[in-house]
Formats: sequence, structure tokens, C-alpha cells
Amino acid sequence: MIDLRSLYQDVILDHSRNPRNSGALELHSHEANGNNPLCGDKVRVYMQVGNGKIDDIRFEAKGCAISVASASMMTELIKGVEIGEARAAFARFHEIVTRKGDISDEELEALDKLAALIGVREFPMRIKCATLPWHAMTAALDGVDGDVTTE
Amino acid sequence: MASANGAYDVDAIRRDFPILGETVYDRPLVYLDNGASAQKPRAVIDSLSRVYETEYANVHRGVHYMSQKATEAMEGAREKARAFINAEHAHEAIFVRGATEGINLVASSWGRANLEAGDEIVLSVMEHHSNIVPWQIVAEQAGAAIRVVPIDDDGVLDMDALESLVGPRTRMVAVTHVSNALGTVVPVEDVIRIAHRNGALVLLDGCQAVPHMAVDVRALDVDFYVYSGHKLYGPSGIGILYGKESLLKAMPPYQGGGEMIESVTFEKTTYAGLPFKFEAGTPHIAGAIGLGAAIDYVSAIGLDRIGAHESDILEYATARLGALNSVRLIGTAPEKAAIVSFNLEDVHPHDVGTILDREGVAVRTGHHCAQPVMDRFDVAATVRASFGLYNTRREVDALVDALGRVQEIFGR
Repeated sequence: MIDLRSLYQDVILDHSRNPRNSGALELHSHEANGNNPLCGDKVRVYMQVGNGKIDDIRFEAKGCAISVASASMMTELIKGVEIGEARAAFARFHEIVTRKGDISDEELEALDKLAALIGVREFPMRIKCATLPWHAMTAALDGVDGDVTTE
Repeated sequence: MASANGAYDVDAIRRDFPILGETVYDRPLVYLDNGASAQKPRAVIDSLSRVYETEYANVHRGVHYMSQKATEAMEGAREKARAFINAEHAHEAIFVRGATEGINLVASSWGRANLEAGDEIVLSVMEHHSNIVPWQIVAEQAGAAIRVVPIDDDGVLDMDALESLVGPRTRMVAVTHVSNALGTVVPVEDVIRIAHRNGALVLLDGCQAVPHMAVDVRALDVDFYVYSGHKLYGPSGIGILYGKESLLKAMPPYQGGGEMIESVTFEKTTYAGLPFKFEAGTPHIAGAIGLGAAIDYVSAIGLDRIGAHESDILEYATARLGALNSVRLIGTAPEKAAIVSFNLEDVHPHDVGTILDREGVAVRTGHHCAQPVMDRFDVAATVRASFGLYNTRREVDALVDALGRVQEIFGR
């Protein structure tokens, strides 16, 4: 049960039940879909970007607790930040959840609230759930038309 | 090995499957993912070693001793495959990689030779993607149309709709014998009768049927029947395409290569007869022999007894899961094989699967390669417990207990 609790921490369950910034963003400059064909998780990310900054971000998701919580936390984390900073946050997060080795306290701190998601490291099949919304966000910034998948 | 005599001794059967003695996360393995792939009895595992240790060489080629021995063993397995579904001739049983390849073979070979613009192929909404996509590919090439038979809220095939969809333009009716996502047993006798009355052929996807019930292709009068070995306690990478001799004879080859020819010159190549015309290249020799061992294994126990045992497990699982308020069963047809699909209120199947896994319970979560079924029931995915001949009521209890853990973690 201990390892399951590390995956399904209270903060994750809270975000999955009460996702922040959930629902379409009427006025947006960027959008993209993320699909996980393995489990059918779907997320759509909308952003309003101006002067290199993510002024607003919202998402619609149909998926598991991990993907919805990750999307919710992502929107909180990158709303109002520079594009480069958002991309860097994903790069950091992605590197850490897919890394086999230990994580330092400094790295954990740098993850901010995403630290709650690192339990997925023990569940390899679930890492894609946690990264799916971020892939969609990046695809939206890149102007990728259509769907991105985690495959 | 468990024998056909006396009571169904599930404990003895379990001892035939070495993997069932394994633990996962320090818990006994509760394997309820047989619909995806079944575990292997010692007899099958040993048969694979025996091939490589004592009777291996390439088949149908060498004049030497080992080649003859391997050829005899492989053709012996073909005869077992014939008898298993009561085909008339062993050469009507084509070794393929699995049901997927079998369907692709028919769609491609029969389809390209016979389908014309305006022709129709009838499928059901509960087909596995492998019985949809090959037909879409060939239909697009031929300009043929695909018609889809719906199901009702219980997952029962709408036979009235089938009757009205099958008509003079219908060339092929390709449906599953048992739905992999819902467990529904399709009344294939009626499907075949309706199709034949309209001059259409029938292909049945038997993947989820052959592990649970005796199949007689001649009694059914079915034109093509496919199944995969790995769901029948045999190796993966091997399966059977049954086709009526007259149909197979008339069909052009699917793949070209060695073994499928009689003679080759750059001016003209003549093809081998059945079954070799459809078996280009060196086959999965050990796999075919292993499939023969799997057929021997289930036949020794008896499919009627296996079916009766699994019905008991299915009934028990349906009752226990149905008693949970949070559970919505998906697929409640009166005629079902040993598959229970369900969802938990407010918890995504993927999360359910992860938690069950840590409790040692292996289930499938996802769309089960049957997205149209998911759409029909307006869900993205389901949890699926699929039972085999070695599962027990105790394991159903373990599943229900593990669902309790899900509620503990996700409970508010």
C-alpha cells in the first residue's frame, strides 16, 4: 500500500477530482490534442500566448487520475510564465520521471508541485499518463496541427 | 496432468501451469487476463524444448532425418488442428502467425480476387480491430462498402438488423464468435444461415471461442474460421486459418516465397497446393508443434468440462461484482463466455488496473482493441477480467478484495 500511496498522493487525488483550469479556453492562440492510444486517455490543451508568454492556459481531459492531475498542475505551474520557462519545466520533469537514478533534494524542490507526481517512476506504464498533457502543451507551442501521442 | 475422468480438479490443473506458482509484489499471481493471452501448461512448454532438443530442422525441405522428423511433427500438429475444429481435411488448416494474419490473408487474397465496386462486407460493431481494419483496407481498394451490425444495451447482436443489412450485394459477413470486450457469444449458426441464404461467405473470429467451447466448422458450415494459439494455452506467433477446401483452392497466394511454390522460373511460377500455397517462408515450426500440444492438453480435459467450470466462475464473478454499488457491468448478454467487463464509478480503468496489479491481480484495462464497442457504451475504456480453465472462485474473491483497495485509495 505504501507504494500505491506514493502514486496516489492526496494532492494528486485532489487535482484529479477538482481539476484547475478545466474546460475550453474560448480565446486562444494555440491548441493541441494529446492521445495515449494504449489506454484511451485524451487531453486537449488551449493556450493564449502573447509576447512569448503564456497568458492563459486551460485543458479538457478524459483520462485517468494521473493524467488529469498532471494536466491540472501543469496549468497552475505555467500560467503566466515565459514559453522558454514552460518548456524547461517539462524538460526537467520529463528527465526526472524517466531517470533510473536517484533524485537530489534540490531537484525535487525545482519540480515545485510536480514533485507529487514522481511516484510514477515506480510505475513505468504510468509515466506516459503523467507526461501526456505536457506533450500536448509542447505540441501546441510548436504549432503541431492535429494529435500528438505518447507513443 | 488433469484427466477427463472424475470431477474437475482445478488444483491439479493449476499445478500443470508453472507460472501460477509465481508471486508478484509478494502476492500470489491472480491471472485474469486470459482474453489477452493465456498461460502455458508444462506440456506445451516441454513440447517447445523437445522440438529444439530432439527433432528440429527446417520442414518440407531436407531429405535428412531431422528434417523429416520435424516435418512429421509439424504435420502431426496440423492434423490435431484439423480434428480440433472437425475440419474435413488437414490441408484446410493453414498455419498463420495468429488470427490477425488469418483475417488479413482472407481479406487480401479472397478480397482482392472477389470484391468489386459496390460490393458489401458486413461486420458487427463488437469486432476486434483485427476484424475491422483488414476489411477497410481491401474495401477501399475495391470500392466496396462496409456495413456494421449494431448491438443492444446488453451487448447482444441485433439479428434483425443483420437480417436487413445482409443482401444481394453482401459478399462477406465477418463477425466474432465471442466478443473479446464483452464476452457475448454470437449466435453464429443464425449468422451463417442468413449469410448463405444471401450468397455471402462467413468468416468467424474464433479467438475468444476456442478456449471455452467445442467448435465444429462442418456442423456450422462456416467458410473461414480463425484463431490464435496463444489464447488457447499455446505459443504466441502461431494460429490457424481454417478455410473450406474449394475456397482456399480458388484463392491466389497471400505472400510469395519459398515453400509456397511448385516451380519457379523467371517466365512462370506455379504455386504449391494446399496448405503450402499459403505458407510462404519457414514457418514457426516449434510454435505449430506447441499449438498441437496445447490442443492435446485442452482436449484431454475436455472443452465441455472446461466450459462448465468457466461458466461457474463467470456466474460467481458476475454476482459478486454486480453486488458492488460502484460497479457498472458492461456486456450483460444472456449468452456469454468467461469475460467480465466493468467500470468503477469515478475511477478510471487505468487507475483500477494499477491498483489491482499491486494486489497481484492481473486484468486488462483499456479499449481492448475494440474502440467501436467503447463508443457504443460511451466509455473510453473498461476493466476486463477474463477467465481460463485454471481460474477459481478464490481468485474472483481476490479481485473483489482488490477492488476494495481501489475504494480505500480513491474513497473520499
